[in-house]
Amino acid sequence: MQENYSAFAYLVSSVCFIMALRGLSSPVTARIGNIYAVIGMLIAIGTTLSAPQVLSFSTILVGMLIGGAIGTVVALRIQMTALPQLVAAFHSLVGLAAVFVAAAAFYQPEAYNIGVYGDIAIASLVEMSIGATIGAITFTGSIIAFAKLQGLMSGAPVTFTGQHAVNGFVGLVIIGVIVLLCTSQSAFPFWMIIILSFLFGFMIILPIGGADMPVVISMLNSYSGWAACGIGFTLSNPALIVTGALVGSSGAILSYVMCKGMNRSFISVILGGFGGESAAPAGTAAHGDKTVRPGSAEDAAFIMKNAGSVIIVPGYGMAVAQAQHALREMADVLKAEGIKVRYAIHPVAGRMPGHMNVLLAEANVPYDEVFELDEINRDFASTDVAFVIGANDVTNPAAKTDPSSPIYGMPILDVEESGTVLFIKRSLSSGYAGVDNELFYRDNTMMLFADAKAMCENIVKAMNDM
Amino acid sequence: MEKSERLVENAASLSRNAKALAEQADAVLAQANQVAIQVVSSDGDLFVYFLMVFVLACFVGYYVVWNVTPALHSPLMGVTNAISSVIIVGALIAAGPESISLSKAFGFIAVVLASINIFGGFIVTQRMLQMFKKKK
Repeated sequence: MQENYSAFAYLVSSVCFIMALRGLSSPVTARIGNIYAVIGMLIAIGTTLSAPQVLSFSTILVGMLIGGAIGTVVALRIQMTALPQLVAAFHSLVGLAAVFVAAAAFYQPEAYNIGVYGDIAIASLVEMSIGATIGAITFTGSIIAFAKLQGLMSGAPVTFTGQHAVNGFVGLVIIGVIVLLCTSQSAFPFWMIIILSFLFGFMIILPIGGADMPVVISMLNSYSGWAACGIGFTLSNPALIVTGALVGSSGAILSYVMCKGMNRSFISVILGGFGGESAAPAGTAAHGDKTVRPGSAEDAAFIMKNAGSVIIVPGYGMAVAQAQHALREMADVLKAEGIKVRYAIHPVAGRMPGHMNVLLAEANVPYDEVFELDEINRDFASTDVAFVIGANDVTNPAAKTDPSSPIYGMPILDVEESGTVLFIKRSLSSGYAGVDNELFYRDNTMMLFADAKAMCENIVKAMNDM
Repeated sequence: MEKSERLVENAASLSRNAKALAEQADAVLAQANQVAIQVVSSDGDLFVYFLMVFVLACFVGYYVVWNVTPALHSPLMGVTNAISSVIIVGALIAAGPESISLSKAFGFIAVVLASINIFGGFIVTQRMLQMFKKKK
């Protein structure tokens, strides 16, 4: 009877998680969704705590208090620009937790009804190994992603010849050791699987460059879900299986959206080697004979003040310069003048999916002024000024015109069709993809060479003085 | 007198029989339990059942996530991150027994790690969502 009750409770908790994701379909319902998720989690934990074999509540309470305190402090303190690193770090913890749960199940299978130590059901061993393998890969992979995002290591892809062969070999060895574990039931192959998977996680993320980080984060998100799923099968826990599947498919969809935003196949991202400082510059040699039109903050202020509509195109450079607040002030001045201000966000702007939206929201930009690529791209032609701040590759017309360009085929924001393009940039250097942007040399482009935040502040000053 | 003695004896033997029978029944029950546990741990039917749950959940996830507005993709990652820590249920069972063992230690570590994620994930998601406001 007890089992029926807990199965029902796990079902309710799964439904809560589904409702949480459902809520995210609109900013209005999203907060209620998050509360659903919290309730689902409370039900799942409460149900497990009421299981007869769970007795030492003090140990559990201490563990939850330690973890809860760390999590709370970190989450309250983190800056929104550092969100991608935080998410990467959190993914690594899910992965490691999966490894530890698998290890616990291996040493005390009686607690989970899957046999006794040294004689665990084969199916459970396989499920356990899969959960532990994916968990371990998520752990080390996320650590590398964290280090790259935090700037602890270069964003440049680390590659060597025969890399894919080595990775493939390690993968095969892992499968071999899983078979060995099933036949021998001993601890040595179990830990071999974990160590090899740790290694595998390092190896697959190292060659992926900084430009592909949004894909990597989404991919690791997906992995952490599948790891939970594997453990869910081992423990025969439906809540864990359902949640793992939800998270796994969510991460997979985000990876797909990000890949599509860059017009890159998922396979080529995984194989890596793209982006970062070392990427070959495709057309930098060409800009010797072309001229750019540099401008000052006053010029920009004058142009925008006389415009009827402005579309702001933010990119990761805005986050790096922490310019979102200064930018919103500028937009406020423009709106006070009766000028229509909107924001256009490219799917891969920033270092994780939706990163720009969060940064703009943080700066109190109302979400109904912020538009996605498909929603706003047609409007550039009828807009007076496109204000590009910290974005580069996502505005490069070469993606439409130059089949030899590495970013050819990538969907871009058609800023060049607007009356004037104001382009804030510190220098003429190329973007993450290592491609020169021909937009710089167009007649209707004015380059504002400055730090994004300082430039926005100067423009505000200049507009107020006019 | 003799009659009543015999009656007592009969009753005693009857009760002995009943006791033996009860013991047998107990043994049968224990056996049945054993069989039931074996059926469960042999995983045959149960695996298919959970596979069904898994596949259906993948479909639900697919359709629900496509409905998420791109503006909220970051909170989506935050909340999926938090809910994937429901893996804590496995950790709680491992950390549950009173006796100290290797598996209890692993369970404890996993409880700490998953708790960081649960609290951190939900709070950071709530912080993000709090910022999304409509135009006034």
